[in-house]
Amino acid sequence: MSTVVLRAACPSGVDDAGAGDEVGGVAPSWVARPRGPGEVAELLRAADGLGMRTVARGAGTKLDWGADPEGLELVVDLSAMSSVLEHSAEDLVVRAEAGCPLAELQRLLSRAGQRLPVDEVVEGSTVGGAVATGICGPLRHRFGAVRDMVLGVSFVRADGVAAKSGSKVVKNVAGYDLAKLFTGSFGTLGVLTEVILRARPLPRHEAFVLAAFEDVAETGARLRALAHSGAVPSAVEARRDGRGPLEAAVLLEGAAPLDSRVGEVTSILGDSAAVAARPSWWGALPGRTTIKVAVPLRAVPLVLGVADLPGIGSSAPLVSGSAGVGVFFVGLPTSAGPEEVRSLVGVLRTLCLAEGGSAVVLRAPPEVRDSLDVWGPVDGLELMRRIKREFDPGRRLSPGRFVGGI
Amino acid sequence: MSGPEPPRRGALGLATERIRGLLPPAAVLLERAERSTYQSDGLTNYHVLPGLVVLARSTGDIATAVRACAEFGVPFVARGSGTGLSGGALPDADGVLIVTAKMRTIEEIDAVNERAVVEPGVANLAVSDAVGGLGYFFAPDPSSQQVCSIGGNVAENSGGAHCCKYGFTTNHVTGLEIVAPDGETYRLGGWMAAEAPGYDLVGSFVGSEGTLGIASKVALRLTRRPDAIRTVLAGFLSTDDAGTAVSAIVAAGFEPAAIEMMDALAIEAAESAVHCGYPEGAGAVLIVEFDGPDGEVAVSAAAVEQILVDHGATEIRTAAEGPERVRLWRGRKSAFAAMGRISPDYIVQDGVVPRSALGEVLAAISELSVETGIRVANVFHAGDGNLHPLVLFDATVPGEQERAEALSERILTTCLDYGGSLTGEHGIGVDKVGHMIEMFSVDDLDTMQMLRCAFDPAGIANPGKVFPTPRLCGETPGRRHAHRIERAGIAEVF
Repeated sequence: MSTVVLRAACPSGVDDAGAGDEVGGVAPSWVARPRGPGEVAELLRAADGLGMRTVARGAGTKLDWGADPEGLELVVDLSAMSSVLEHSAEDLVVRAEAGCPLAELQRLLSRAGQRLPVDEVVEGSTVGGAVATGICGPLRHRFGAVRDMVLGVSFVRADGVAAKSGSKVVKNVAGYDLAKLFTGSFGTLGVLTEVILRARPLPRHEAFVLAAFEDVAETGARLRALAHSGAVPSAVEARRDGRGPLEAAVLLEGAAPLDSRVGEVTSILGDSAAVAARPSWWGALPGRTTIKVAVPLRAVPLVLGVADLPGIGSSAPLVSGSAGVGVFFVGLPTSAGPEEVRSLVGVLRTLCLAEGGSAVVLRAPPEVRDSLDVWGPVDGLELMRRIKREFDPGRRLSPGRFVGGI
Repeated sequence: MSGPEPPRRGALGLATERIRGLLPPAAVLLERAERSTYQSDGLTNYHVLPGLVVLARSTGDIATAVRACAEFGVPFVARGSGTGLSGGALPDADGVLIVTAKMRTIEEIDAVNERAVVEPGVANLAVSDAVGGLGYFFAPDPSSQQVCSIGGNVAENSGGAHCCKYGFTTNHVTGLEIVAPDGETYRLGGWMAAEAPGYDLVGSFVGSEGTLGIASKVALRLTRRPDAIRTVLAGFLSTDDAGTAVSAIVAAGFEPAAIEMMDALAIEAAESAVHCGYPEGAGAVLIVEFDGPDGEVAVSAAAVEQILVDHGATEIRTAAEGPERVRLWRGRKSAFAAMGRISPDYIVQDGVVPRSALGEVLAAISELSVETGIRVANVFHAGDGNLHPLVLFDATVPGEQERAEALSERILTTCLDYGGSLTGEHGIGVDKVGHMIEMFSVDDLDTMQMLRCAFDPAGIANPGKVFPTPRLCGETPGRRHAHRIERAGIAEVF
């Protein structure tokens, strides 16, 4: 019966779910593959009527992020909605369907000498997935986070009503900026169907400066001096593998040759600094278990030194991230047991909260996810709950995946 | 005229009594003469005498006033410096106007964390002044920046000439303390950190025009001052030529910090007001500014000068930081005020079009101007397609104001026809509320108001602004009642 209703809503395809369709550890019953926003709207209206809980999926690369959904009947797979709908090169604006692979979008933009300054942190990600999780990498240092690049969103609400906010101009203050509300909302407010993004010109010149440091204190001091310089790096990444040496990599980009800026950065970073190729670890998420931490810049050395803190087990974490922004990813290898993961999360959370930051478990083995709050404490949670109640009173969309059980 | 006030009746009377019992007399303005100071913001053709004015000195004062409003169901409107141009701070005759202008403390400057924490009444420029010595500035630079408040910038998501490169207020606010319409105080966002888990409530609140509550403290991202600045001014025969040059600059992959354009009429006005000495006889003037590392700025500015010449620039002047740069900007910065020199009255319009449509839209505006006999001067942020057509009229000529207003509205419609926006920086407020349905569907507006319902189910925070029809929170969509402004006597439109 349900299958018939869903198929009527989405003639393009509704199949029984199979292996690989799980979200976290929860298996759905159906996977629908709509081909346009109209079908998404019909599907969600039907699912709402049937009391089904729904998770939207792009390429499915981050479905184990966040908490497991409370329950799940339907996956709405947007991979058939993968077109770049419009690229106005002169306006540096691009409009794409949510299922459009980020790499595909970048390929198209690069032909016009442009890019979206959003790193593909997880290979294979779609535009919708990047927006829904708000995940971004090194280029955030200069260009801001995903939320800073989203000019507009179209989406379908839990009750099947299609709506939009924003527009395809870079400057617009008409109405509420729901694009920001939706960025990083993990599919709990609606299913994104289309996103309008601000592109940037590709730089003419590019150089990486790599350096290694003695200790956390030196790293902190040198990165602080770099932040205060006028070198305007596009990215400042720092990394420490276990209890090993500290490394930094700085990306410089520009319209002019970079010699003098490279010189400035090299002298700030000290004797070890030299121009090199892009490091292999650039922008990669470390570990099979990954925790995202955000801290004030003052606390960056503390995060880089986390392996030295008491309570960290024998498999020391790999810390890697945007030192000039204060956002790091902390990873543990597959070999780390659940106890080690839990104690790392505990140590990091204590440290980050004391500094006014946060630590969120992005991905972890199921037994770990089940035994702790992956999101941690959240300011303004009461307001967030009220927003969820307004947008999705029946808790149909990704219920339980987000902060505070939202 | 001042004197004893008649006792306020009803809900406002109860709220007034509650507030008077909790705040000192100097913070509560009861007299008509005192309240009348606040009857308009920067959009002076709308005025409403506020029922009560509270001069808040702290988050606690704001919360006291809002709690009283929540308890008795009284509307409240927040006001900073009152420079807004869309009537966003237009008071409610039966409501409380909560003024944050006295909350002027910069609470914290933290150069290591690249943040400042300020009260909402702090002037925009005061932040840059306070952190300049440390080598930082606050990037959003609305043209009223000497006066306009950070609280107002948050409410309106203010931009400025340099938002082309640096973005808007929303890109530079990392944390907020707000008093929500239920009177509760909430802390939102990452504050000193770049982000926080959960919905982006800071991004949702910035630009909500006072309809989600009142910002009582703001954490601002500070930006490192650029090592070098280079300003290029070019004269062109026509706005068409200048527009083609802008397209060429963008196509060549340059990212200026600002690209500003003025047409002949705007130049004429600026000339007679401040003798800016812009190229004589120019049909358009373009100001292109680069900032950043020395080499980057030098190479970009030189390349752009060549592009400008190649696209018909009749004259080029350049300047680095200093008095010559101030001279180049003087005409542009004085342009709005200068309109008084060439016209007794004018309307400042604010619309946005895709940059690629600038030429066509300017041509359409020019046709409308010829058709109606109403002059239009154009001053705009060409880098991001944000137009500020200045519609000139003489209110003493019968019918001219009406024709000017009609023309101004048609310009907005034209912007929407090209896929643009109703407003790039002045906000919807009360001024453009009737146009929202031309840009958004009923469902779009209904959905936006779900956010409103989450913050303000009783609809007491700045009612009548932004949305043409309020959503009845908690009820099925589709049941709507008349707009407040449509109900007689609330706003007088002149």
